[in-house]
Order: sequence, then C-alpha cells, then structure tokens
Amino acid sequence: MKRTRILGWSAILVIFVAAFAMGFKVANEHSLDKGYEVGDMATDFSLKNVDDTMVSLSDFEEAKGFIVIFTCNTCPYAQAYEDRIMDLDAKYKSQGVPVIAINPNDPAAKPGDSFAKMKERAAEKGFTFPYLFDEGQKVYPAYGATRTPHVFILEKTASGNEVKYIGAIDDNYQDASQVEEKFVENAVDAMLAGKEINPKTTKAIGCGIK
Amino acid sequence: MNRLIVLVLVILVGACAEKKKESQEADGEVNEVSTEKTANADVKFPVYDFESFEPLLHKDDGATYVINFWATWCKPCIEEMPHFERINAEQKENNVKVILVSLDMPNMWKSRLEPYVENKDIQSEVVILDDPKQNDWIPKVSEEWGGGIPATLIYNKEKRTFYERGFTYEELNEALHQFIK
Repeated sequence: MKRTRILGWSAILVIFVAAFAMGFKVANEHSLDKGYEVGDMATDFSLKNVDDTMVSLSDFEEAKGFIVIFTCNTCPYAQAYEDRIMDLDAKYKSQGVPVIAINPNDPAAKPGDSFAKMKERAAEKGFTFPYLFDEGQKVYPAYGATRTPHVFILEKTASGNEVKYIGAIDDNYQDASQVEEKFVENAVDAMLAGKEINPKTTKAIGCGIK
Repeated sequence: MNRLIVLVLVILVGACAEKKKESQEADGEVNEVSTEKTANADVKFPVYDFESFEPLLHKDDGATYVINFWATWCKPCIEEMPHFERINAEQKENNVKVILVSLDMPNMWKSRLEPYVENKDIQSEVVILDDPKQNDWIPKVSEEWGGGIPATLIYNKEKRTFYERGFTYEELNEALHQFIK
C-alpha cells in the first residue's frame, strides 16, 4: 500500500517535471521566433558575400551603424525596391551607415535565390553593397525577419549593435516618385543626429521567407 | 459497394494529380517585374483602395466571412487556395462567404491574376486591394499582422480572429467551426 503511494507520488513528480520542461522549451522557442525588438542588441554574423569573401559587421571598423536589409532576387517587392536600396547605400555609406543586404531564402525552396543567381543579380545591377547569403538560414530567425524586403537599422554603440528601427524602406512600394514618408532615410538621419526615431517600426506586405 | 470503392479511389487519384499540378505551377518564380503599368482598365475584378475595401471587413449581415489575403507570386498562398475553394463550396449553406483579396501588383492583374483565376476556375469572390500605403492599412486589418502573406481574417457578428499563416484543409475547417455552430 505504502509502496503504491510512493510510486504514485513519483509518477506525479515525473509528470510535473516533464510538463515544466516542455513548457520551458516552448517558451524558449517562442522568444526565439519573435526575433529582435527596437532596443535589442543585434548579433554579428559571418556570411559569404557575392565576391566570395566572408563579411561580418565587425569588419566595418569606421561604421556608425548599418542598414541591414533582408532581401532576395525573386520577390516582386524586393525587385521593386532594388534601385532604392542602391540609393540608400550611395547616400549613407559615406556617412558611415552602409547597406548590408542578406538573402535569407533557402535555394532548395527558391532556386532563383541560389548563391550563383545572387552573384548574377549583383553583377547585373551593379550592387555597391555586400549581398550576403544566409547559408543554413541561421541569421534571419535571430533577427526575426519574416519577409523580403525587411529592414533592421543598427547603431554601433559601446555595448554592441543596437536595433533602432525595424520595418519597411518607405511608404510606397509601387512608385518611388509617390513616396510620402521615407522611413529608413528619416530613421538614419535621426540616428546620426542623435534624435528620436519616429516611427521606430513600420509594416509592409512582403514575400514570406522560404 | 465495389462501385463506391472505385469512386473513392478515382476521387483520391484525381485529388493527388491536381495537387501535383498545383505545386508545379506554383514553382514558377517571378524573375523580373516590369515597373510599367499595363492597361488595367478592363480588369475583371473590383479594385479597391483600403478606404473602399474596409467595409468588407465589417459586414453585419449574419454571414461568416473568410477573408484571405494572397497573391499569385506567393507560393504558400497558391498551395492553400484549393482549401479555401473547398470551404467556399462546402459551407455555403452555413452562410459562409470566402473573399480572396489579391495583393498582386497592377502589372500582374492582366498577366498573372486573371489567367490564374480563369485556369483554376476559382469560384470564390476575388477582389483586388491596391493601396501602397501598407503601413497605414495593415494594422487596420489586424494589429497582430506583421505584413506576411498568406494571411486570413475570419469574422462574423460575434467573433473575429486573424491568422498570419497558411492552412491545411483540416486546420481551416477547424478554425471556421469556431464561428459556425
């Protein structure tokens, strides 16, 4: 009788511990899924560029910050923004805030986003910024990028690269001439001037990352 | 009895063949998008900006609305399309209305959207939402929406739920049955 009771208690304990462990695991995965919020410190990475060198944020010793853009070859929205991404690099690289483009798609799911195709696209368009391949798809989940194009503006601080803005490039994907608010430009200008960024996050339709 | 088995088999094989076809076609990637707008004057579907579209999200007529945001270039959207079509056909008597809201770009309306709807013989209502001010209207559909598609809003008088995800038929059916008793 006593033995049964001990067994019963042990079973309850095992179930309790297991449930706790499972709950903990789920909670953990959830916070990973969410990615960064404004104010978080962004992780550095070492990813292969279209010129076959490896690129990390720490390579840019003089940089004041970064415009990290998850983008790709195949997404119609990413294509609509290609020229504007080039304009951002032209405008802000000299001010110490270069564009770092990252293709997060798995070429097995999106053959048009293979490393070879990235090289072709970068050469065709004459990209002036690194166009990196998120091989193994480790970086985009850490940032919490969900679509292309998806922008993360980082400011280099003593304690790391702080996320200052997350969202869209501007408020009109269709027509650059009809843009009313240049979200990224306004955010970088404010960051460089030491002013409050507003808005700090924006939303846009994009292609889901595959 | 034997006939029944044969019929079930035929349906199953048919469904598999159809599925294979779908996924092959969805593999077609968009390699280049012209920024030129083709003449869209005679596009077959109603074109809304968000202001004129918004009433579709707040109808109070007793029906349950399944509002699916999609585009022809969005592979997971195309994959789940048959489930929405099936729900639309099966749930008519439960007063369920499926509205497929295309976010295709204007230069794709004639070249991709119309041929897709015609070739697949889509029966659900198709409308076009053409409003580039996405940061303004995405939160008005749902505060939870980050902007990814596929995304689906199910609502009726009593209840509304937003899903930024794709569905299997079973998942969609289950979600819908929280709205229809």
